[in-house]
Amino acid sequence: MPDTTVKNIHRRQFLKLTGLSAGGLVLGANLPGWQPAWAAGLEKNSELNLFVSIDSDDTVSVVCHRSEMGQGIRTGLSQIVADELEADWQKVNVVQGLGDKRYGDQNTDGSRSVRRFYDTMRRMGASARTMLERAAAQRWEVPAGECRAENHFIVHTPSGRRLSFGELAEAAAGQPVPEEKDLRLKDSGQFKYIGKPVNTVDTPDMVVGRAQFGQDVAVDDMLIASIERAPVLGGKIIKLDDSAARKVKGVVAVEQLDGGAEPPLFKPLSGVAVLAYNTWTAQKGRKLLDITWSETGHSQHDSDAYLKELKQAVQEPGKTIINHGDVDTALAGASRSHSATYTVPYLAHAAMEPLAATAQVSEGACEVWACVQDPQSVQQNVASALGLKPEQVKVNVTLLGGAFGRKSKPDFVVEAALLARKIQRPVKVVWSREDDMRHDYYHAASAAHFQAGFNGDGKVESWLQRTAFPSISGTFQAGVDRPSNSELRLGLADMPFAIPNRRTETQRADYHTRIGWLRSVSNIQNAFGVCSFADELAYSVGRRPDEFLLELIGSDRHINPSQGDYKYDNYGEDLKKFPVDTARLKQVLRRVAAKADLNMRGDHEKNAGEGWGIAVHRSFLSYVGIASKVQVRDGQLKILEMHCAADVGLVVNPDRVRSQMEGAMIFGMSLALMGEIKMQNGAVVNSNFHDYPLLRMHQCPPLSVELIASEEPPAGVGEPGVPPVAPSITNAIFAASGQRISELPINKHLKIG
Amino acid sequence: MQITVNGSAHKVEVEEDMPLLWVLRDELKLTGTKFGCGGGFCGACTIHLDGQPVRACLTPVSFAEGKQITTVEGLSIYGDHPLQLAWIEHNVPQCGYCQSGQLMSAAALLQQTPNPDDKQIDQAMTGNLCRCGTYPRIKSAISAAAKMKAAAKIKRAAAKEGNADA
Ligand code: FES
Ligand code: FES
Repeated sequence: MPDTTVKNIHRRQFLKLTGLSAGGLVLGANLPGWQPAWAAGLEKNSELNLFVSIDSDDTVSVVCHRSEMGQGIRTGLSQIVADELEADWQKVNVVQGLGDKRYGDQNTDGSRSVRRFYDTMRRMGASARTMLERAAAQRWEVPAGECRAENHFIVHTPSGRRLSFGELAEAAAGQPVPEEKDLRLKDSGQFKYIGKPVNTVDTPDMVVGRAQFGQDVAVDDMLIASIERAPVLGGKIIKLDDSAARKVKGVVAVEQLDGGAEPPLFKPLSGVAVLAYNTWTAQKGRKLLDITWSETGHSQHDSDAYLKELKQAVQEPGKTIINHGDVDTALAGASRSHSATYTVPYLAHAAMEPLAATAQVSEGACEVWACVQDPQSVQQNVASALGLKPEQVKVNVTLLGGAFGRKSKPDFVVEAALLARKIQRPVKVVWSREDDMRHDYYHAASAAHFQAGFNGDGKVESWLQRTAFPSISGTFQAGVDRPSNSELRLGLADMPFAIPNRRTETQRADYHTRIGWLRSVSNIQNAFGVCSFADELAYSVGRRPDEFLLELIGSDRHINPSQGDYKYDNYGEDLKKFPVDTARLKQVLRRVAAKADLNMRGDHEKNAGEGWGIAVHRSFLSYVGIASKVQVRDGQLKILEMHCAADVGLVVNPDRVRSQMEGAMIFGMSLALMGEIKMQNGAVVNSNFHDYPLLRMHQCPPLSVELIASEEPPAGVGEPGVPPVAPSITNAIFAASGQRISELPINKHLKIG
Repeated sequence: MQITVNGSAHKVEVEEDMPLLWVLRDELKLTGTKFGCGGGFCGACTIHLDGQPVRACLTPVSFAEGKQITTVEGLSIYGDHPLQLAWIEHNVPQCGYCQSGQLMSAAALLQQTPNPDDKQIDQAMTGNLCRCGTYPRIKSAISAAAKMKAAAKIKRAAAKEGNADA
C-alpha cells in the first residue's frame, strides 16, 4: 500500500478529515434529506479506517478523497470499497474528503484515481469487513473463521446467527487494525459491484438541481468578487481609476491583487477585484474600471506568427533526445521517402463551470470551498500566500462542473483567500466565461515534423520526429525553452513502431502564456502527428492503413522506450505491471478496423465524398482505437459515425468507462474541428463560446464504444480516448476527399456541417 | 419587485436590469439554474417563463414580473418528471453542470412536440452545450421520456374510461 496505510485513527481525526468538527458551512449530522457532497454528517458513526465509517443505523459512509468532475469517481471508488466490505449498495453513503495528506495523493489528474487506489480501496473494504467479522466472533464467542460477511450482515455460518453492520459498528471500531497479511480479498468471480454498471451516486441530485458546485457555494455574510486581470502574462497595474466602479450601488470594495511574477506558477495574476453583494453588481462595477497595464516581454506575442515560427523551427535539425540506429544514412539511401509537418494551436479547457472559489480567513486559519482537482495543492498554495501552514487551510471540495486539468491549478482559490483576508469577510470569487477563456493555463501550441524512408521492399526503415512547443515546465521554472522529456513520453518516446532507425528531436519554443495540462496533455499533438504521418505513409505506398499499421507495429512484444540518459517513466507506473504491449495495441486496431470500410478510397466521386479513417494510440497505460466515417462535399465536412475500441485493463464501472469514451470522442471532435485559442499583442482574443465553439448536439454523430474484456490491472480512463480522435477524422477526410489536413483545427479548411 | 418562481411569490430588491439568472442564484439561492457563459451561448441557465424556454442570463428580472418562472427545482414536485427518471435510467450526467439547462430545454420540447424525432431533438437542444459530451445519452433519454409520457397518457385515458388495468 504505497499511498495510504490503514490506520485505526481516532474518531476526532476522522471527523476532522471529513470536515465535520468545525463551524462554517458544515451542516449538522443526520439532517433529514439531502446535504452537499462535502458536508455529510458522520458524528455518530464508528470509524473503521480512514475511508470507512458505519452508523448504528447501518449506513456505511465511504470517503471519496478524489475530486468528482464527471468521471464518476465518487461512485467508482465506493463500489470497490463496498464490494470488499460486502456492504449493501443501497446503504452506502459517499462523503467527500477534505484536503489531507493522510489520504495519500489527491491530485485528481493523470487518469489515475482507479489505477492508483484500486488496491488500496479493496484493502480498506476488506480491513473494515475483517474488523466486523472479528467483532461478531467476540460477541458470539466463536472463532472468527466461522463468521462471514454477507450483504451488510455478519453471519455465523454454523448456526446461521446474524448481526447487521450497524449493530456491530461500535464494537468493530474498537478492534485492532488487521495485519495486511490477514486480509482476505475476493476472487474476481465473487465481485458484486466491481465490473458492474452501478448508477452514479450524484445523478439523482443533479436532475433536481440540488448538486452543489463551486459556483453554488454560499457562506453567511460573503461578498462576491469579479476580477479584471492583466491581459498579458507578467502584466502589472500601472494606473487605476476605480471611481466609477465604486459609485455602483451595491459595490462594497475595490481591491488590488499584486501578481505578474514569472514563472507564473499557480499564483494569481495581477488584477483588480470589485466586491459586491451579488455577482451581477460585481460584474457591473468591474466593467467601469479604468486600468492601465504595464507592457511585458510577452506584449508582442501573436499566436499565428508563433505557430509559423514553430513550423519553421522544426524544419531545422534540433536537439536529439532519443536515437536508435542511423536515421540520416538510412534516409539518404532510402528508395522512397516522405515528410510532413503538423500543427495544433493553443487550446482552452472551457469546462462548463467557470472557476469559482469561496474563502474565509480568521486568525491562523483559512477555510475554502472550491471546485478543485487537488485540495492538497490548494492547502500549500493558499498557505504560502497567507503565511500559514498547510494544515491550517481547510479545503472543502465541491463537485466540479468539468475540469479537464484547469481546476488542478489553484490560482483562483488563492485569489479568494487573499481577498477574504484583505476585507476580513468571506469572499466568493466568480470567474466569468470570458475570464475562464482568457486566463487559462493553455494547452501548448505546437508543430511537429516527420520524415520517413522506405527500403526497396516498401518497408519503413527510418523515422525522424521533431517537435516544438512551449513546455508546461515553463510554468514552474524560468528559462525553459523547449519541450521537456516528460512531454515526449506522452506519445513520441513510446511511439510503438518497429523501425530500426529512428530519432526524436526537440526544437526551441519560447514561453509566452501560462501553459498547463489539458485532458491527455501532449498526447494530443504527439498522436495527431504520429497517427497522421503513419496514414500518409500507408497511402504513399498504396497500402490499406490497417494492414500497414499492423506491419509498422510489428511483432507482439513489450517495448521499453528508455534509452541511455532518456528515462521513460510510463505514467509513473512499473513497466512490468503496465508494459507497452504491442499485442494490446494491435487488438484495438483490429477491432476498429473491423468497423470501417478501409477499401473505400480513391474514387471520391463514386464514394459520394465519404471515407473512413482510423487511429490507435496508447496513453495513460490504456489502448484506444477510433474509427471515423466522414463525408466531404462542396467544402463541407460532416462526421457520419465514430467508433471506439478501448482496452483499459480491468473495468470497475463499465457504464462510466463508456461514458468517458463517449465524452472523449466529443472532446476530441471539438478540438479537432474547431479548437483554437488566438493571441494578439500577448492577449487572448477569444472570449466566449461564440468564438471558442464546442461541438453541439446536431454536429455529434452516432457513437459506439467497445470495451475489451481484460484482467490486466486497471489503467487510465478519463484521458486516453482523446488522442486518436483528431487523426482518425483527418485520416477519414483524406480517404473521403484526398485533402490532407495537417493544421488543426479543421474549420480553417472545411466548413463544419 | 415581485416574481413567482415554481409557484411561490418572492419579493426581491434588485435593479431592474439584473438578469433573472443572478436573482435566482444570488438572491433566492436557487442554484439549480447554472451560470455557464452569461451570453446566451450555452443554455446552462435555461428556465421556463410561462412554459417557454428562455435563457435566464439574458432575461432582465423586470421582464419576468407577472409571469410564471419555472426552474429545474420546480420541474416536478417529487423529482419524477419523465425526463428526470429517464436521465437517471440512462445515467446521462457526467459532471452534471449543464444538465439543469438540458432538462429544461428538453421539457419545453416535449411540451410542444410530445413525440420528437431525431431532427427535432437536435433543433431543440442545439443551444445547450455539454463539454463532457453527454449528447448521445441526452438524445436517448428524451426519446425514452417521450415514450414514458405517451404510455402514462394512454393509462390515464384508459383509467378515465373505467378500465384501470389497461
Ligand atoms: S449562462 Fe445563459 S446561455 Fe450560458
Ligand atoms: S455533464 Fe458536464 S457539461 Fe454536461
